[in-house]
Amino acid sequence: MMKETKLIFEQSKTGRQAYSLPENDVEMYDLSAELPEHLSRKAAAELPEVSELQLMRHYTALANNNFGIETGFYPLGSCTMKYNPKVNEDIARLDGFANIHPLQNPETTQGALQLMYGLQEDLKQVTGMDEISLQPAAGAQGEWAGLLVFKAYHEQNGDGQTRKTILVPDSAHGTNPASAAVAGYDVVEIKSNENGTVGVEALKAALGPDTAGLMLTNPNTLGLFEVDIVEIAEIVHEAGGLLYYDGANANAILGKSTPGEMGFDVVHLNLHKSFSTPHGGGGPGSGPIGVKSFLSPFLPVPRIEKDGDHYLLNSDYPLSIGRVKGYFGNFGVNVRAYAYIRSMGAEGLQQVSEDAVLHANYLKARLTDYYDTPYKQHCKHEFVLSGLRQKKQGVRTLDIAKRLLDYGFYAPTVYFPLIVEECLMIEPTETESKEMLDEFADAMITIAKEVEEQPEVLHEAPISKAVRRLDEVTAARKPKVIYQR
Amino acid sequence: MAEKETLYFTKEHEWIEIVNEDYVRIGISDYAVEQLGDVVFVDLPALNDEMEKEDEFATVESVKSSSEIYGPVTGKIAKVNDALEDEPEKLNESPFGEGWIVEVQTTEALDTSEWMDADAYDTYVSGL
Amino acid sequence: MTHQHQNLPTTEQDRKEMLAEIGVDSVAALFSDIPVSTRATDQKAIELPDSLSELELVKHMKKLADQNKTATDYPFFLGAGTYDHFIPSVVNHVTLKSEFMTAYTPYQPEASQGELQALFEFQTMICELTGMDVSNSSLYDGFTSLGEACNLAAAVTKKNRILMSAALHPQAKEVVGTYAYGMEYSVTPIGLDTEVTDLKQLENELNDETAAVVIQYPNFFGSIEDLKAIKERMKETKALLIVVANPLALAKLEAPGNLGADIVVGDMQPLGLSMSYGGPHCGYFTVKSKYMRKVPSRIVGETVDIEGKRGFVMTLQTREQHIRREKATSNMSSNQALNALASSVFMSALGKVGVQEMAQQNINKAHYLAKQLQEKGFEVLNQSAYFNEFILKLSLPIEEVNQALLEKGFIGGYDVSELVGVDHAVLLCATEKRTKKEIDQFVEALAEVAKR
Repeated sequence: MMKETKLIFEQSKTGRQAYSLPENDVEMYDLSAELPEHLSRKAAAELPEVSELQLMRHYTALANNNFGIETGFYPLGSCTMKYNPKVNEDIARLDGFANIHPLQNPETTQGALQLMYGLQEDLKQVTGMDEISLQPAAGAQGEWAGLLVFKAYHEQNGDGQTRKTILVPDSAHGTNPASAAVAGYDVVEIKSNENGTVGVEALKAALGPDTAGLMLTNPNTLGLFEVDIVEIAEIVHEAGGLLYYDGANANAILGKSTPGEMGFDVVHLNLHKSFSTPHGGGGPGSGPIGVKSFLSPFLPVPRIEKDGDHYLLNSDYPLSIGRVKGYFGNFGVNVRAYAYIRSMGAEGLQQVSEDAVLHANYLKARLTDYYDTPYKQHCKHEFVLSGLRQKKQGVRTLDIAKRLLDYGFYAPTVYFPLIVEECLMIEPTETESKEMLDEFADAMITIAKEVEEQPEVLHEAPISKAVRRLDEVTAARKPKVIYQR
Repeated sequence: MAEKETLYFTKEHEWIEIVNEDYVRIGISDYAVEQLGDVVFVDLPALNDEMEKEDEFATVESVKSSSEIYGPVTGKIAKVNDALEDEPEKLNESPFGEGWIVEVQTTEALDTSEWMDADAYDTYVSGL
Repeated sequence: MTHQHQNLPTTEQDRKEMLAEIGVDSVAALFSDIPVSTRATDQKAIELPDSLSELELVKHMKKLADQNKTATDYPFFLGAGTYDHFIPSVVNHVTLKSEFMTAYTPYQPEASQGELQALFEFQTMICELTGMDVSNSSLYDGFTSLGEACNLAAAVTKKNRILMSAALHPQAKEVVGTYAYGMEYSVTPIGLDTEVTDLKQLENELNDETAAVVIQYPNFFGSIEDLKAIKERMKETKALLIVVANPLALAKLEAPGNLGADIVVGDMQPLGLSMSYGGPHCGYFTVKSKYMRKVPSRIVGETVDIEGKRGFVMTLQTREQHIRREKATSNMSSNQALNALASSVFMSALGKVGVQEMAQQNINKAHYLAKQLQEKGFEVLNQSAYFNEFILKLSLPIEEVNQALLEKGFIGGYDVSELVGVDHAVLLCATEKRTKKEIDQFVEALAEVAKR
């Protein structure tokens, strides 16, 4: 059994520190003399007291208990866990990007504004949209901002009170209905058809004078292209609704098609997915939105614009939905995405999608004899398997996921989308080599054999990680969310 | 603990024990609990809240799911099983006993014909 | 492409082999499901600048970066919610560890214990500073944390009126306005008594429909609001007290949790995050335990594995969008885990004593700056005690003054004339990074500039 990593609080000893500040070179000022007594801090916050080496050992030990893309293959579906180029980290840390203040006079940050403007131009190309806002911090915030644009548009047309429903397919990411709710919408779910895509008939039945719009991921979370997209866009527009493109899966279509061509009115992109910025263990990401020109008056402010050779911030958009986040969005993340696009170019991005799609179809082909594949058509950049066959042998998809950890991989997304039983959702990305795809396929095949021959091994998994399976029931029944001395 | 045989059931898996003609005790069935798995939290209504038939009045959660519980009657919440706040596992251990959820003073006449008895309910769930 | 890109390992040979396994003869066949009318063609291709090699890329990016005037080259006296603070080297070294940087949300806790434990420690540190019971593992930034706090208050009180102090960061007000537009509640501003929240007006506006009162601590103008006095005025109502707090200031100020706050939110930027032109920073979100199950986004909890060994998991997940969809407490999915980690490293490096020392140095420097300016005949407008920034009254437009200061090598303060309703009012900040010499030179420069 591996040694437990002590909490940093458990390593703390009074008198230690891991910092040095210059000696105070001005008079001491006693603030407490001016404050009402109850506003002066009585008991110090019990932050840890450790030396610098202790600190580095602690976080190194934690890092060793964590799996990142450089640790191994990370096939987490709909998350696009591609390699994050190192040079982009150096670039984001350049003094001219890291050490500038958002409220500086824009005259003193022309390079930063030029970069953001350039990224907006790039994203227009990639999405086929007319205007971009870089402000949303992540995909979910992009969705929310995009839906507020819907809301402002319908209000402008005088039917804000009637168009109160957002349609969402049952295969959608959970953020879609949740974002619709915080934008003040009711949500109606559309059942997918037997091909795993949105059925035109089901959609028609759901459309009405109350429809504000449809949210769609294309390719969808099953990794399937919505082949009826042109007709879908037509009938939604005919019904007076708008189309929202969830760009979580944009890695499949870069340079191949654009949401704009498909008929979408608003789109968000997850720069931490298709555009290689690091996921950071759950963020920071970046979720810019793009809109067709008729919706541009509603975009968040300030907008970043160009006048001759000069870049400026413009908040003079009276119909804007307002500000969704502080300042200009996650600038540091946007720097990395901009650098990535510059490094790839248009041809490179197209190659990204071709390889991502090729890799997914190859893995699917290699695994199709060993696991149920509920959808037979070619996939895009990801695909789903069902562990139903294995479930009949008493092994659940969760067990398969845990066993993969023992084989040195991260697990795919599991039990999502909800419409596939015992679902495994696999996204290999373009940055993996064929050798790595083969290693993973071999492991999956070995696991399928273990299900037949020694299922108990799967029930026990994982055995090679810092901890064995964890008691999530007690964690939720008696939540312990901070350390108590 | 109520005997299952004495209870009525809804299609949404609530059970109703008729304490007297305008007073009932409500919980969720053994089948519902089994489907949920380990219950980790019950979001209970407040005392004296109105219960509207077919409206949600409580939520039962497992680690990765959340299920709404719907009112089988109309009335006022007369008693709440507060013990579930600290020990939601009672729902798993004894769905018809210590795992009851609320008692309701009804304000509309009960119509038991909409409900199933234990045998009919068992037949119903075996077909699910 | 003419050559193999360094991040695209698949060779022509690989492609052939993979296509054979799939049973199609070209990659194009895999894209045949895209409707023809929507496909990119030679005439309808995306157009981007040519790809750059690593060397060319760095050169290009350096050129953009060099056009910006940075805190390394110019002493900054600009704060207003984002601060030029010292960040120890260890912060960068830890966040560059790829096991943290390139992981995602810890869906498989057994393979993500490092991240989970780090976030658990983060939650603990934030609760120590704020005096609250429960913290989530971070949100996008302080402003969005505040928006989420207002949504929470409206949801649990079932009331739809938020009272918001005018002494809040102007962008915080804007973001809350957008949240309110979405969830359809109203936001009523509470005006200023000089530079702090007008308690009389607050008292008059408080009623049974009030979901929350929002106060910044220290407020946008640097002054320290009396949270206890505010809470006392709220006791007849069910409204929640939401406090937006600078976590560095909390090293010296009483924890809002001890003064009646129900929700405390804010931004971790002062504790270990570079300014980065406003993002990514890191919101924190804390509540009293009563509201634990209403908190947005990820929370990490301690538990044990099947062998009894301590471990950590994401917990109370039924609050979240991936389970509860439209009924979730929030739509947020990702957080700012890497920046929460950076902040944790910062708080561990400075520790219990260091954050107090740093906060005290901020107090010292700001008050030294104020005193020097007062000696030159300038007027400080703050009537209440302030932390590391204050409002100075000048006699020229601030934009003009700042331009002149820039020419002398300084970044001046933030124009708050409109916000406080006083002509030529500027918010000045001095952090621990400003030396006595820089402050003295700045005071000289300002005196000279302002005389023109």
